[in-house]
Amino acid sequence: MDVVARKTITVEINGESYEREVDARRLLIHFIRDDLDLTGSHIGCDTGNCGACSVLVDGTLVKSCMMLAIQADGAKIETVEGLAQEGELTPLQQSFSDHHALQCGYCTPGMLMSAAALLRTNKQPSELEIRKAIQGNICRCTGYVNIVEAIKAAAE
Amino acid sequence: MTETTVTPERALVVEEGGEPQRGFIGQNVPRKEDKRLVQGEGVFFDDIKRHEMGFVHFVRSPYAHARIKSVDVSKALELDGVYGTLTGDEVAILTDPFFELSTPPGANIKDYALAVGKVRHVGDPVAAVVARTRELARDASELVEVEYEPLAIVLDGEEALKDDVVLHDDAGSNTVWSGLFDWGDFDAALAEADHVVRIERLHFDRFSSTPLECSGCLVEYNRGTGQWTIHGNHQMPGVGAIWMAPALRVGIDKLRFVSQDIGGGFGNKITLHPQFTACCLLARKLNRPVQWTEWRTDQHTANTHGNERTFLDVTVPVKADGTMLGFSVRAIDDCGAFPRYEPLGCIIWAQVTPGCYRWRNVRVDFTQVCTNKSPVAPNRGYSRMQHLWLTERIVDIVSSELGLDPIEVRKKNYVKHEEFPYETPNGCIYDSGDYARCLDIALELIGYDSIDEKRRDAESRGKLFGIGIGSTLDSGTNNFGQSMILNPELQFSGNNEVATAKLDIFGEIVVTLGTVPQGQGHETTTAQVVADLLGCTPDDVNVRAGHDSYWNSHAGFSGTYASQFAVTGLGAVKGATEKLAGEMKQLAAAVFGCSPDDIELAEGQARIKENPEAALPFMALGAILNANNAGLPPELDITLNVRYVYRPPFEKPDLERKYGNLTLTYATQIHACALEIDPETGEYEIVDYAAVDDCGNRIHPQIVEGQVHGATAQALGAATHEIFAYDEEGNLLTPNFYDYHVPHALDMPPLKNGFIESASPFTPFGAKGMGEGGGAGIHAVCAALQNALGRRGVGPIVWRSCNPYHRVWELLQSPEETRKLVSVESR
Repeated sequence: MDVVARKTITVEINGESYEREVDARRLLIHFIRDDLDLTGSHIGCDTGNCGACSVLVDGTLVKSCMMLAIQADGAKIETVEGLAQEGELTPLQQSFSDHHALQCGYCTPGMLMSAAALLRTNKQPSELEIRKAIQGNICRCTGYVNIVEAIKAAAE
Repeated sequence: MTETTVTPERALVVEEGGEPQRGFIGQNVPRKEDKRLVQGEGVFFDDIKRHEMGFVHFVRSPYAHARIKSVDVSKALELDGVYGTLTGDEVAILTDPFFELSTPPGANIKDYALAVGKVRHVGDPVAAVVARTRELARDASELVEVEYEPLAIVLDGEEALKDDVVLHDDAGSNTVWSGLFDWGDFDAALAEADHVVRIERLHFDRFSSTPLECSGCLVEYNRGTGQWTIHGNHQMPGVGAIWMAPALRVGIDKLRFVSQDIGGGFGNKITLHPQFTACCLLARKLNRPVQWTEWRTDQHTANTHGNERTFLDVTVPVKADGTMLGFSVRAIDDCGAFPRYEPLGCIIWAQVTPGCYRWRNVRVDFTQVCTNKSPVAPNRGYSRMQHLWLTERIVDIVSSELGLDPIEVRKKNYVKHEEFPYETPNGCIYDSGDYARCLDIALELIGYDSIDEKRRDAESRGKLFGIGIGSTLDSGTNNFGQSMILNPELQFSGNNEVATAKLDIFGEIVVTLGTVPQGQGHETTTAQVVADLLGCTPDDVNVRAGHDSYWNSHAGFSGTYASQFAVTGLGAVKGATEKLAGEMKQLAAAVFGCSPDDIELAEGQARIKENPEAALPFMALGAILNANNAGLPPELDITLNVRYVYRPPFEKPDLERKYGNLTLTYATQIHACALEIDPETGEYEIVDYAAVDDCGNRIHPQIVEGQVHGATAQALGAATHEIFAYDEEGNLLTPNFYDYHVPHALDMPPLKNGFIESASPFTPFGAKGMGEGGGAGIHAVCAALQNALGRRGVGPIVWRSCNPYHRVWELLQSPEETRKLVSVESR
């Protein structure tokens, strides 16, 4: 077995800087969850289909299981843990709760990041735009009904 | 796109003893679970870490059926960072086979944590490797050398019955269990009929709810005490422990199951005992915590699927006016390579024997059989869904063949509102409901009055338009006595659930549950109940999140499954809270020197009813008993820390007649679907959809609606796309979310919801369990497809449960192929 290449990277996550040596093959999601213990972002599929691991990398929505940790070297990353400030939920998070847009809560962090990314660029999305924005996020509990409602209400 | 019917809100004020009182039950109080979950602060098993833990990876069979000639782990062990391995040979020495539920031949199957001697499906685990990282464990698993001798395979249930290829040599047959169920007088019904409709074959396809969080656990072994702590997402740990402890040759208290948040279960996490047992062995062998997280591909290929069932020779006696007298059928249930929980599925459908209908004569010849495919397990709607799909297909096919309106036929044959409680031919008691009214609401929601106009409009655009109804019952709160119909030797009957309630030293109300929630909001609905009973608010009630068998708040059937929390879980909460309230009154009475009957609990205080100024806040009660109890009367026998076991009122069934009440409640879901098919391609679009739910009194309407939405989405996925298909060599063709397409946000049609509330006369709050009624979506889509396809002359028979566009296209190409499946004998 070949020796696995390693590299030291520096990333800023939710305003905090982390420097770690990682395997070159380490996925960004495993780096975030296992190495940094930021376990809010989840893993549901291993193939980039489910979106539970969605985070923002330099402002761009990314499925962090589809990116290597070393590719994020020098990047600013936002995860679900960075949404609420000092325990104060964002209107989007509050809307998810108000509209019962989550049941088991496993897809929720990724769903919130996709919705947050949408609302940053589109303050008044239509229902179709909302559905397109979260089409890369699978939810097995809600049928998306209340998720769409929650995002709509948060935009308003 | 979402519309909700507007029916009167539950009154905020309930009358109790003439005094108006606000109630939290029935209100949409904010979910207690949400705050942590929307901040990414939930704790799922994969979030838990331990110092020096190792990661487990299973080495899995590439063959569907093969003899294991040798397993060599030496190269894997040489890899730096590998902590150790486990093989089937070790497992066979260190454990006993898991007990089997069935009578012979199924009883003789030997099922271990890893494959012993043979592999029986692609993905069957042969060995396990533990290493420092997930990646290393995976690398090392590729260094495990397994020599296989491939064997002939059997993938089809009917074919497997021939026993030309036998999976389990010890059983000597692929048949797990078979039995004849015969209620009423089917032969007399046949003689009485004006028409006899025969359907040669119907097939319910394999799929599963595929929870987004895969299965897994972190297992710690305590050498000093011999105890394992399993942080995992098993959704029925009570039964998991019953399986695991004897296999591991330890007492049941040596297994501590812990979970906080679980990322969906839907039944698919009920049979994790093989993998968990392997992890227990590894934790003990390597003397370190081990962590196993299933990969998505592993979940699809080798965890659990829902049952696949073939219905043969369906025979339906019908009167001239459309009254059906019952049916007979031969059912073949394909449970894949190992039956595990599955033999129970041979009986569980009988909870809903006649579906929603007044059919009195039913004969079912049921056989369960093993094939070289993934094992199956309960899947939302478990076993009843397949059976109810049959009853709904019967109604639609019979209606279509006899030129009757399927809506009128349903109404004619539905159990009538005034007949509840209704006893079915096999002794089950349908508690309450109004199916016809639910159907009317569903029809109204999809604008049935103007359906001809919609059809004309669709047809003017070259589309085939169809509507279909799916009627379903969600039978909840099992009587485990039904397992004795399967195997009279089994010592299971009734049901139970546990809750504890205590008033702590600073007045905090603390409740623990035996259930294992996966998103159903148990913390919230529990707090509603406790708040109403103690006269405080849900915010005052601390419901511990998740499950821990060392809380001593569980019993043999604890778990979250089979649509029962609103009954068993909240029944236990009510019992515990009432006990606690009684003790709080006793304590206050002792302090005030009055009778407990003079005390009331309100506004967070225990006070004298006639003199509310004389009040002790809950904090004072907690402090007095726990820390300041000198001078209390010695005869005051209270703990302010009580445990209650809720036990539903069940009898053991009559095993000879396979007769008895198998479940306590029956929630209803009636769905209506309108769709348009493009006849050139077979593509179709659901253009209108309504789901009407009746689960008795709703504790938290928003949670109920959420369950309806989710179950409907799963059913629509199963009806249109989701299928576990195999190639000729037994390779799963849909092993991930690329190939196995579950509904995305853009796939979901507009959903309209309606509800009525028919209180159950048998449950503590008139509520019914209701999470599994969504199978109605499969029935409704099949019915709507059949209705639409019938618009072009000779209509094909929709005979499978999953109908992707290519299947619809095939039905359009040669309708006569499937027409052959049906015949009518008119007298």
